[in-house]
Amino acid sequence: MRYELPKEELLYSGHIGCPGCGASLSMRYALQALGKKTMVVIPACCWATVAGFFPSTSLKVPILHTIFEAAAITASGVKKGLVARGIEDVEVMAWAGDGGTFDIGLQALSGCAERNDDIIYVCYDNEAYMNTGIQRSSATPMLSWTTTTPNPAFKDTPKKDIMEIMAAHRIPYAATVSPAFPEDFLTKMRKARAIKGLRFIHILSSCPPGWKFPSELSVKISRLAVETKIFPLYEIENGRKYILTIQPKGLPVGEYLKMQGRFSHLTVKDIETIQENVNEEWEMLMAKIQLKRNRR
Amino acid sequence: MERVISGNEAVAYGAMLSRVQVIPAYPISPQTTIVEALSDFCASGMLKADFVKVESEHSAMACCIGAASAGARSFTATSAQGLALMHEVLHWAAGARLPIVMANVNRAMSAPWTMWCDQGDSLSQRDTGWLQFYCEDNQEVLDSVIMAYRISEKVLLPSMVCLDGFILSHTYEQVEIPEIEEVDKYLPSYIPKFKLDVEDPHSFHAAFLPDIYMEQRVKMQQAMEEAKAVAREVDGEFGQAFGRSYGIMEEYFVEDADILLVTTGTITGTARVVVDEYRKKGEKIGLLKMKMFRPFPTEDVRRVLQKVRKVAVVDRNISFGATGIFAQEIRSALHHHGEGTSVFGFIAGLGGRDVTPATLKEIVEFAKGKEVPEGDIAWIGVKP
Repeated sequence: MRYELPKEELLYSGHIGCPGCGASLSMRYALQALGKKTMVVIPACCWATVAGFFPSTSLKVPILHTIFEAAAITASGVKKGLVARGIEDVEVMAWAGDGGTFDIGLQALSGCAERNDDIIYVCYDNEAYMNTGIQRSSATPMLSWTTTTPNPAFKDTPKKDIMEIMAAHRIPYAATVSPAFPEDFLTKMRKARAIKGLRFIHILSSCPPGWKFPSELSVKISRLAVETKIFPLYEIENGRKYILTIQPKGLPVGEYLKMQGRFSHLTVKDIETIQENVNEEWEMLMAKIQLKRNRR
Repeated sequence: MERVISGNEAVAYGAMLSRVQVIPAYPISPQTTIVEALSDFCASGMLKADFVKVESEHSAMACCIGAASAGARSFTATSAQGLALMHEVLHWAAGARLPIVMANVNRAMSAPWTMWCDQGDSLSQRDTGWLQFYCEDNQEVLDSVIMAYRISEKVLLPSMVCLDGFILSHTYEQVEIPEIEEVDKYLPSYIPKFKLDVEDPHSFHAAFLPDIYMEQRVKMQQAMEEAKAVAREVDGEFGQAFGRSYGIMEEYFVEDADILLVTTGTITGTARVVVDEYRKKGEKIGLLKMKMFRPFPTEDVRRVLQKVRKVAVVDRNISFGATGIFAQEIRSALHHHGEGTSVFGFIAGLGGRDVTPATLKEIVEFAKGKEVPEGDIAWIGVKP
């Protein structure tokens, strides 16, 4: 059955995102799910430019640009200001990259999560500082090339597990989504909109110039990240209940890795190591899903 | 209603009477009792506001930015390290043209650790685009918070109301607390000219290219210039409504003064006593109290000081490698306008060292004994 996207587009065409930008496609889906009564708060990140230079804008909803470290708390301030003025039905969405979430913005995000501030926080994770030109972040995967993890000093630590960090705050809702699975994406955004409190959405956001692949492969690569179990699509309710929403095919990780220039240096042994890590992470996720299901 | 309250309670009453709607705040000595008082006001329902227990001062100011952008009246308070942590956010709040009001309880900067008063914290934020007001007593603190909203909401720049750590913040004085109905008439609810609105969507603070950024800066400077007249007007109306008025600066025995002390904050109260003593002895010592530091009241400073032969500026701060900051600004204001005026720059009271009548007399006697200053700085009360 064909999945029909909502007719209403809240992202204008002609924005300055790179061709094949996973974050642009993701913004389109996010706003289609949330609708017009949404405000977007954007810190320093690729989207600070994709949203348009003065006096243009690429969104049909209000945008508040803010400082790098403070996407979560600025959004929370907007929500509180609206509520103080008696406006209760507007959703405020913070929209930040991995640098602004995993690294420099983590403190403010943790504060908002602990207080359970009423915002949707979306991290479009392209796995490096892409707006400044591909420098490693704590979201960069192990063994990846970036301009600050150059040959032969590729990244030697694993990607930070942001979902577990957010789950540990016992927030009402956290979910991973992918621009290659729009139905799953919109369903989760709509589910998030209906919940009060801090809702966290983690997008693996494909990046042609940063990951070094042709732009027309963006959706395919995003899909492979899910099908290889590198980026499973799941939900965590109240920090405890884990739900898998898409059953991956379990393709070998090499199929995902070999398509991207940032992994072109990997040896057969490296790919085996990554496969082992992915298998282990998957087992842990399955254990959490089982555990919670048993408890119900 | 008259009550004996601390400077920090005066801040909290000022915020409550201004009917602030969102208060993100983080505790730091000696500001903490402001946070506690406001927290109590909110918890008891005395003040209908959202008190946000943020995890840092950086987030406190960012939350103010969000709330003010949505059109709500926002307030916070901090000191020293907290203010310094906000530095980036202060620039953003001013550039975003948001009428946020913040109390800063003046505390010296570290290292080494210190908790006590000087103005190194707020004065090192002088170029962020915030209005700055320095208060002499607890009544002025309460009144200044209310007036700051009137000024900020008119010129669309944020305001910092500064009070000396411990010397005011933790000292109890008799304060007239105005009736809230009277304050409502003086300061009506905030109707934002620009705000986030889903019915009228706009993008705020998107990147400016070099062909337009400078014009935005010109507008900020114009708003600063406008703030001088607005502050005078707002102060005058406050006087009519409540019977108290401060001006943007105050002249005390200035007309015939041979030596004019220039002071800020609580040092002013001490200086009044010293000036009175000299006047009793027939010595022509006067006093200029600087309340407004940003925008700097250049024209007023010129008008008053160019007629005086010797000016003794008491700075409770130091710009390392230069001089005391008020002395710097005053010298700059007098350049080409006060050739006959000698500006003596004194540094006193850093890190909470007491500035007593004896300290100020030492300063006056120093200035009496010299025709022109020997250097740009004279340190007062420093151990050998």
